[in-house]
Amino acid sequence: MSTTILAPIVLTILGIIFGIILAIASKVFAVEKDPREEAIAEILPGANCGGCGYPGCGGYANSVVKGLAPVNACAPGGAALAKQIGEIMGVAVEEGAPKVAQVMCTGGGHDKTRYDYVGLSSCLAVSRVSSGPLQCSYGCLGGGDCVDACKFDAIHIVNGVAEVDLDKCVACGACVTACPKNIIQIIPRNSKKYTELRCSSHDKGPATRQACDNGCIGCKLCVKACPKEGAITVDNFLAKINYDICIGCGLCSRACPRKLITVDGVVLPPKPKKPAPKPAEGAAAPAAAPKAAPAAAEAPKAAEPAPVAEAPKAAEPAPAAEAPKAEEAPKAE
Amino acid sequence: MESITSLLSIALGAVLVNNFILSQFLGICPFMGVSKKVETALGMGMAVIFVMGVASAVNWPINHFILERNGLGFMQTVTFILVIASLVQFVEMFLQKAMPSLYEALGVYLPLITTNCAVLGVTLQNAQKSYNFGESLTYGITGGIGFLIAIVLFASVRERMEFAKCPKSFEGFPIALVAASLIALAFMGFSGLKVW
Repeated sequence: MSTTILAPIVLTILGIIFGIILAIASKVFAVEKDPREEAIAEILPGANCGGCGYPGCGGYANSVVKGLAPVNACAPGGAALAKQIGEIMGVAVEEGAPKVAQVMCTGGGHDKTRYDYVGLSSCLAVSRVSSGPLQCSYGCLGGGDCVDACKFDAIHIVNGVAEVDLDKCVACGACVTACPKNIIQIIPRNSKKYTELRCSSHDKGPATRQACDNGCIGCKLCVKACPKEGAITVDNFLAKINYDICIGCGLCSRACPRKLITVDGVVLPPKPKKPAPKPAEGAAAPAAAPKAAPAAAEAPKAAEPAPVAEAPKAAEPAPAAEAPKAEEAPKAE
Repeated sequence: MESITSLLSIALGAVLVNNFILSQFLGICPFMGVSKKVETALGMGMAVIFVMGVASAVNWPINHFILERNGLGFMQTVTFILVIASLVQFVEMFLQKAMPSLYEALGVYLPLITTNCAVLGVTLQNAQKSYNFGESLTYGITGGIGFLIAIVLFASVRERMEFAKCPKSFEGFPIALVAASLIALAFMGFSGLKVW
């Protein structure tokens, strides 16, 4: 027989023999796997993002079955998936607040630079040059390292600053690791009133004022306004919200002179201390007052729909501190 | 008597003089990949000894009785790959059943034995040097032992290196490569060794 024909025949026969041997072996050496593991692996998103802290979705499923991992550790799957896994494992799931990543910078100072940077646009590269061109050394550089790191298309550079798409974000933490400025944090997103304080600057008040339009200056007005002790604290010139205590009342947002604290993405208007009746004020106020008084009265309406990034400057000259002055002035006269 | 001497010289050659990793540079992938801990290195070495021995034993009759007898010597490489791939599958199933901890420790590197050129190399060299069955088996097993010695030595060095100070740019893989080359250099010292 010619070798041309013989060669494939021999190889085929060998292949069949080995196939049969392996088939028998797989029966003989079959390892019983926990069916729950496969069931869990099937409903997991399969993104292998590593947000749960285990190597891939398979590793997480394995650890859940072994009882090493909590059933609700999968951030991309969210509460719905946690419930499903809980059903498979036969445990009740406590529903925690979903978490999101948030960039702790509003970009209020993104156009206030110390020098012109020319070169690689990656944040890592930019931050190497005297920690970036921004006056605020804590600010978002807008190079987009986090955008590259995100597997869920949930973070983008908007107007030179990274913005998280809260609906898409699964809190896997990839951007947190990617950010050379360490200004991205994973925070719980309270279902209804989601209070945010997006600043990372530990600079002293005057320095922050100079470098940023709305950076935290550590004035502690929010701490004084807060009804819950410890829900918001100022440490080293930076206010921080403790989400375990915060009830989302928004009083800090009203008190903040920098328009930095937002509730559900909106800066709440300053609370007028003594809501003086409008007609009386209008009658008593001479020519000097009307400009300030209506501004104080209208500010609530004007500021309400405006998100923090677009907070109009018109709203700025009417914080709570200035309103009483305007009222007192006519009385003194 | 003569056969024992020849077997001994084959063994000595495979373990020290023509060590698969350090002299022939075959099977570098698992050598670098699984050598972070002595324990896993030992397991990997054992698996390689087993696979090499069995591959030699299985490939010899296939080569001798089927391929060479029909003038199909040119099919050695592809046939041996088939045999080794099936063998590794078999070993994997066996380990998963019998030694789950070793199976987990080896992880992804066990399937990597399939593509381990040292295993393919040993069977091809058996055919090239036209060893008989006993010689082939000896060459396979001792070649595996040589692999085991090299990888365990290297793993011990790497364990120590974890705590050693080294320049930042050399940390991790680069310094491991340097260490590997130094061990290979040391093994050059065996090159004159012979069994009379």
